[in-house]
Amino acid sequence: MSENQIVTPPKDIDLDYQDYVINMGPQHPSTHGVMRFLLTLKGETVDNVQPHCGYIHRGIEKMTERLTYPQIVHLTDRLDYLSAHINNEAVCLCVENALQIEVPERVKYIRTIIDELNRIASHQLWWAAFGMDMGALTTFFYGLRDREYILDIFEETTGGRLIQSYNTPGGLMNDLHKDFQTKVKKFIKDFRKVLPEYDRLLTGNVIFTERSKGIGYISKEDAISYGVTGPSGRGSGFACDVRKIAPYSAYDKVQFKEALYTEGDTFARYKVRMDEMWESMNIIEQLIDNIPQGDYAAKMKAVIKLPVGEYYQRVEAARGEFGVHIISDGNKNPYRLKLRSPNFSNLSAINAMAKGHKIADLVAISGSLDLVIPDLDR
Amino acid sequence: MPFDIYDFSSFTGWIDASLRAAMSPFWTIFTEFVLLGVAFLAFYAVVGLLLVYAERRVCAFMQCRVGPNRVGPWGLFQTVADLIKLLFKELIHIKKADKILFNLAPFIVIIASFFALAAIPFAKGLHAVDLNIGLFYVMAVSSVGVVGILLAGWSSNSKYSLIGAMRSGAQIISYELSVGLSLLVIVVLAGTLQLSEIVELQRDGWFLFKGHLPAVIAFIIFLIASTAEINRGPFDLAEAESELTAGFHTEYSGIKFAFFFLAEYMNMFIVASIAATVFLGGWMPLHIGSWDGFNHIMDYIPPFVWYAGKTAVIIYIIMLFKWTFPRLRIDQLLTLEWKYLLPINLFNILLMAFLVLMGWHF
Amino acid sequence: MTNEELRKKISEIVPQAVIEEQQYLTVSVEPKYFMTLMPKLKSDSDLALDYMFNVSGVDYGDALGVSYFLTSTKYGHTILVKQKTSDRTKPELETVCHIWKTAEFHEREIFDLYGITFKNHPDMRRIFLEDDWNGHPLRKDYVDEVNMILR
Repeated sequence: MSENQIVTPPKDIDLDYQDYVINMGPQHPSTHGVMRFLLTLKGETVDNVQPHCGYIHRGIEKMTERLTYPQIVHLTDRLDYLSAHINNEAVCLCVENALQIEVPERVKYIRTIIDELNRIASHQLWWAAFGMDMGALTTFFYGLRDREYILDIFEETTGGRLIQSYNTPGGLMNDLHKDFQTKVKKFIKDFRKVLPEYDRLLTGNVIFTERSKGIGYISKEDAISYGVTGPSGRGSGFACDVRKIAPYSAYDKVQFKEALYTEGDTFARYKVRMDEMWESMNIIEQLIDNIPQGDYAAKMKAVIKLPVGEYYQRVEAARGEFGVHIISDGNKNPYRLKLRSPNFSNLSAINAMAKGHKIADLVAISGSLDLVIPDLDR
Repeated sequence: MPFDIYDFSSFTGWIDASLRAAMSPFWTIFTEFVLLGVAFLAFYAVVGLLLVYAERRVCAFMQCRVGPNRVGPWGLFQTVADLIKLLFKELIHIKKADKILFNLAPFIVIIASFFALAAIPFAKGLHAVDLNIGLFYVMAVSSVGVVGILLAGWSSNSKYSLIGAMRSGAQIISYELSVGLSLLVIVVLAGTLQLSEIVELQRDGWFLFKGHLPAVIAFIIFLIASTAEINRGPFDLAEAESELTAGFHTEYSGIKFAFFFLAEYMNMFIVASIAATVFLGGWMPLHIGSWDGFNHIMDYIPPFVWYAGKTAVIIYIIMLFKWTFPRLRIDQLLTLEWKYLLPINLFNILLMAFLVLMGWHF
Repeated sequence: MTNEELRKKISEIVPQAVIEEQQYLTVSVEPKYFMTLMPKLKSDSDLALDYMFNVSGVDYGDALGVSYFLTSTKYGHTILVKQKTSDRTKPELETVCHIWKTAEFHEREIFDLYGITFKNHPDMRRIFLEDDWNGHPLRKDYVDEVNMILR
């Protein structure tokens, strides 16, 4: 940028002479990635938030038009890297449903277990980073310490730690590691003891509750209208859990509660995620001992061609509803593949949430939405 | 008394006398100034580095980590290595920054913290100046630092820096009141502002114990308010890294950044020293009323060790604050001060005055 | 509501709509009937399609289209509404972002990647790409000689 070039705010903001316009990002510690908020402030009070995204827009949707379906699965890892396995699963389920392939029961069970492990890992990282956004730096190390166990389990079975690419249309890449079940059971036994520690460190803290209760309120109607899903939507009482609405994989075989809070503030969103970690452990415990024997993948053709038509698959990723919309013209690559990313819709509500709060609250609100920027930008 | 083995006034008196014998009074004073300056500079650097090291260790302990353990034994030289790195770093000049003020700001901050060191009694007879208004002096010079912070934020020509500086200004000026008033509670009890006398008065028991409830309340308020005054977590709004990247020192690099960094740790040291001196008896060993045997044993521990130990405990408490609590928001911070701490404090002074009037203290 | 009832209800609102049964009930409408249909879908108490879970832009080659995925949080039925415009040089469609607020961002995305302008949209700017980017990448005729390898 040359010296004389001045950043002009967008025309639709009416600037008062006292307004203070600052850029939060793209390089900012609490946007969790390259995300830019253009803030209009009155003193410290946020008057308007304009999210500017696209800094890591990689054109994944365009890329997929030249790739085969098994290749596309690996690209979806790179969207929401914290719920990589769930994203993989969405594409695989979509392809399987289009081809009307019944995958073995074993695959469904394993997918569900790894989904939930992935969700716990994602929520641990969120908890860690959320505490740090609030200024409690110690939470970061607690969260990451416990997440490491899950990553180790992933590494043994799938070969990947952060992004696994374990799914493939028709099943899984390979079978479970022989220690998988014992390690998962050990992790759950340990984590059940650690999770109350999380509560003791942050949930009951007076400063934390003061800073999160009543902040970033969004009503149920607005949450539905903005398409705020996942834990953020459930904090407003929007029962949007795809695992309940349209069960996939083995979710119809397990009993679990959908964590719902009606307060609609940052604290409610926080509580939903904390409850979800307990529920995820319940789900895994119901499945881990009952994994049926059998193949780890259905027989697939070497070249996968979907019949002409439109297919949509919804799954519940760690941050909300993830969707894959495939339009096929009968070729081995999709004619059009649209990815519905949960963060994109969640972000659209941030102006409504943050208006009238302080800058520090904006950080808390964006933390409670748990934005993952690569997912948002695609 | 074994106590007097550790009296430094004979040592300092001997230096003064021998200097006066050798040269004219003007040069004596001059030489003493230079000697003091060099001694304090060395002290400043050593304490600063040790505190940074200590913070890293405490922080690591809180976060289930090991902390620095590669450079030197137990990682002791890590901070030295960091200092060398900071010395060699490029000083980035900001276009359109106010150059004079921008360069002046770190010096004001560091000089303010330097001033305050002068009045602190490290041991019997070991202080630079023993002012009769010592406590008032420390309060006064330590609040000069905020000028440096405001200048840094203003002159950087950066929006984040300005917000940080404004927050810091509001915060320090507010909490200055609570710090002052909580110390005033003890001044009412002691009846003097001279630090050496305040220590001397605690010969038969620390003020924290002698002053009943008001002293305990004052101590707690002092801890909270002073943590806020030195801009440390959970009150580190001026440099809240998750909101303002680095607040008022966002645009500083190299040694100028190191100045801010060092000044923050020295302010923590000064605050801890004041707390130790005023509430916990400074270098005075732990004495309990008429337990002569116990008091004598305590006297064998050198006063400097007592002083350092008490300061270290308070520094440790302040560090624990930072690594446990989330950060407050600016309005909550000011609410805490103006709606809670200040009224409690005013009432506390009244209570203490009443206690002193009735002679109900020990 | 079952698909039959939905089909009947929608034909009452817009008789010209083409309704097919695919994975979801697919309703294709001409742009000129679009705004008679969409507000009803949300406001009608039997339909109550209040949650728009996806908006996809599609380049059909001869036409540019937008698909809206709607579901009801009350009844659980889901439909897919499609509209197309054959004007590829200056495509214009109506916005629905005052009905479903989530559409605001999705329509900006479609404007960015397909070049479809949405009338009455409050903030019609590019969302991912730079403001001075040439062309709309998700169109099938988009050519970028530097970044795309054509095989």
